[in-house]
Amino acid sequence: MDITYTILIPLIPLAVFLLLGIFSQKIKPAVSGLIGVVGLSTSTLLSFYTAYQYFFVHGKINGVYQAIVQKTTWMNFTDNLHIDMGVLIDPISVMMLIVVSIVSLMVHIYSIGYMKGDDGFTRFFSFLSLFSFSMFGLVLATNLFQIYIFWELVGVSSYLLIGYYYTIPSAVSAGKKAFIVTRFADLGFLIGILIIGYYTGTYDFETLNNPEGAAILNWTSTSFMGLSVLTWALILIFIGGAGKSAMFPLHIWLPDAMEGPTPVSALIHAATMVVAGVYLVARLFPMYYFVEDGFALNIVAYVGGFSSLFAAIIAITQTDIKRVLAFSTMSQLGYMMMALGVSGYNGHEGVGYMASMFHLFTHAMFKALLFLGAGSVIHAVHSNYLKDMGGLRKYMPITNATFLIAALAISGVFPLSGFWSKDEILVAAFEHNMLLYVVGVFVAGLTAFYMFRIYFGIFWGKDTQYKHAPHESPLSMTIPLIVLALITIFSGFIHFSEFIAPDRIGFEAHLNYPLAAIATAVGLTGIVLSYIFYKKENDLADKFANAFGVFYKWTYNKFYFDEIYLFVTKKIIFNLIAAPIAKFDKKIVDATMEGIGNKTVVISKRIKGMQSGKVQDYAFSFIAGTVILAIVFIYLWTN
Amino acid sequence: MIAGISIYEILTVTSILFFIGVYGFLTRKNLISILMSIELILNASIINFVVINKYLYPDMLQGVVFSIFIIAVAAAETALAVAIIINLYRQIASVEVKDTEIMKY
Amino acid sequence: MERYIFYILAAIIIVSAIASVTSKKMLRSVIYLLFTLCGIAGIYFLIDYNFLAAIQLTVYAGGIIVLIIFSVVLIHHIEMELEVAKLSKKIITGLACAIGLGVFLTTIYSHQFNVVENFNSTTTEQIGLKLLSYEAGGFILPFEVISILLLASMIGAIVIAKGKKLTDKNESK
Repeated sequence: MDITYTILIPLIPLAVFLLLGIFSQKIKPAVSGLIGVVGLSTSTLLSFYTAYQYFFVHGKINGVYQAIVQKTTWMNFTDNLHIDMGVLIDPISVMMLIVVSIVSLMVHIYSIGYMKGDDGFTRFFSFLSLFSFSMFGLVLATNLFQIYIFWELVGVSSYLLIGYYYTIPSAVSAGKKAFIVTRFADLGFLIGILIIGYYTGTYDFETLNNPEGAAILNWTSTSFMGLSVLTWALILIFIGGAGKSAMFPLHIWLPDAMEGPTPVSALIHAATMVVAGVYLVARLFPMYYFVEDGFALNIVAYVGGFSSLFAAIIAITQTDIKRVLAFSTMSQLGYMMMALGVSGYNGHEGVGYMASMFHLFTHAMFKALLFLGAGSVIHAVHSNYLKDMGGLRKYMPITNATFLIAALAISGVFPLSGFWSKDEILVAAFEHNMLLYVVGVFVAGLTAFYMFRIYFGIFWGKDTQYKHAPHESPLSMTIPLIVLALITIFSGFIHFSEFIAPDRIGFEAHLNYPLAAIATAVGLTGIVLSYIFYKKENDLADKFANAFGVFYKWTYNKFYFDEIYLFVTKKIIFNLIAAPIAKFDKKIVDATMEGIGNKTVVISKRIKGMQSGKVQDYAFSFIAGTVILAIVFIYLWTN
Repeated sequence: MIAGISIYEILTVTSILFFIGVYGFLTRKNLISILMSIELILNASIINFVVINKYLYPDMLQGVVFSIFIIAVAAAETALAVAIIINLYRQIASVEVKDTEIMKY
Repeated sequence: MERYIFYILAAIIIVSAIASVTSKKMLRSVIYLLFTLCGIAGIYFLIDYNFLAAIQLTVYAGGIIVLIIFSVVLIHHIEMELEVAKLSKKIITGLACAIGLGVFLTTIYSHQFNVVENFNSTTTEQIGLKLLSYEAGGFILPFEVISILLLASMIGAIVIAKGKKLTDKNESK
């Protein structure tokens, strides 16, 4: 199967980015929006074509999905170790292509309506294209270094888009925060890459992931502090992934990232970039699974499980709807990580891996839908806060309906897509780790509760009096909502397990009825509880908040994690470490250099005096020098 | 050859003349005086050419020819120097060395 | 006889040279220089280079000295006192010159010259032939170069001495 054309999928958005970026002053907003949409539509079509070709025509050979790689050598380090650039087509990369292209296209269309009249319209679209390019590149990467390059590129585009409203200080600082936190995590990623390169001599995914390959079989060869170096490398890589996917404790940037325009939140901070961490772990899944019997994978599972619980609890108390969604995203990402962590490798054992990818897919769709719906609401009422909303169902029927579908899906109600994927995750957890299963079920309940809390808060609840009567958003915004809602409804019926499995063979997944029943029951309980609390305006919620007292306050303030980080960085790192070093630098290193410079100036000023401009002074020096040389050569250097 | 006078004596005289020229060159404050000191130095060297030609290589004429060349060059140089000095005097109304140091640094 | 003449000439040369570089009056300084040059011409006569002595008298004593006198007259009042260097500078320069002289003389006296005893006399014809000969050892090329140099310096002297002021005036008119 010739896959050369897939290179166009990332390259078209890049071309659009360059076009819009370079001529941003010349192109009219309407035209630039059109260019962006057309460009991305082409990429989307190509993605679908690739998926069709791969899954249904060429991909399967002898019942196994082959990884198709096309690459060229880019940099040579040694005979074996080189960095390639190319495209890797295998089940998860194709699936990610579909996710990224659909969500990105929807967001592009949506943005035409949402960003209408904004000064930086063209800039916005060029950044969106840059992001799409980077994300496609990340998905298609054939080796660790390539993925790292695009990994940083998505980081940059995320930074640019979070700080899109660069006149607002909070947006600027949020952009910086996101960039710095993820950069910090990427340091781990980079060190992990280097360790892997050093000990296995390759960056190539296919070589690394081969279960019979040298990289996996020789994991015992070198150890460091009781663990194999490869385990350390995988843990470090996971730190990078955790930074991107906002896993505890590197999650602090995600809520602040909501300062960016809402379509950006939907695209980057819900559907695509933040799942890069999950994708990275899935990409290296065989390594995680086989090296040291999955020690690193256990860490992934527990971090994922804890993050999902932690974020779900915080999400209950937040009043900014975008922040609720952000914490919800973090919680669902924790779910995916957890599912990966409890997965096995062969046949039906790989259900966790499959469930993680399945949930990644469905979550991308309904979370993008939720964000876009929230954006539509924010567009109508010009506020992010629940207190400014209420009773909107009368004004915005389409938004209401689609938001409800997405909320039901994330709560795991049959037969929407979230039900299926969440069920698979819980099955995987149930089969491997009881503790994580309990956490998962509890989180499912919490998810349903906070989701319907904001749903009722926005569309039902109190009848807020609006200054301007809110109205339904324009067609360019509602069409993506409808499309995504349709996908949300039907995508659960896709048999993911046939296409995606860690060993790439595929298996039959069956609904586990008791587990499904429990999960659905918990989800419905959450919905009912929030119905009682928030359907009508009443003080039940406040009473409960008061009953929890301190705990509520802690949760509301996100367990003071921002403050802890600030304390650590400002008080400890800046004052105790950085300040003395800065002093050393200024007083000793700089002072030495400046002293040398100043002395040079003083000396040269003295020397300058010798250049009197008087002929005779020069002549005197000349003659004296001649005489001295004559003396030296005639008398002193006689032999 | 001068009867009774060795080459050493003549070279002594020219050396003294040379250093008198150097001394004048270094101590005089006036461009014309400096020019004159240069003439002294040149003359000392011309005598050397001539004397060495006469005493050591009497069959040849190189020394004499070179002396003629040096005199020609000295004449040219003097003419130019005087032209420069006159022009300078027009510009800054002075031919003192201390006034002509704008080229320093 | 020749010996004493040489001593007298040497005395004239050195004394008037010293006077020339130390005199405070400009014009006197030039005249002392004239004496030095004439003394040197006398030495040329003594060692039987009559043509060279003639050149020395005409070009140097006649031409260059007159040129210098003209420039002095153009620029200075004849009786103007010259500025004199500081005593310390005189002493230092004198010392340096004395050391240099010492080096020269010791070098000269420690060197053994192969003096060829002769009383040849040179005719002007020989010098002329030598200057214009283009065979081995001839000086036709330097001769031509010198003539071009003289031409160039003549033009240069005119251009420089003419100066900018004249052209400026022309333009302002």
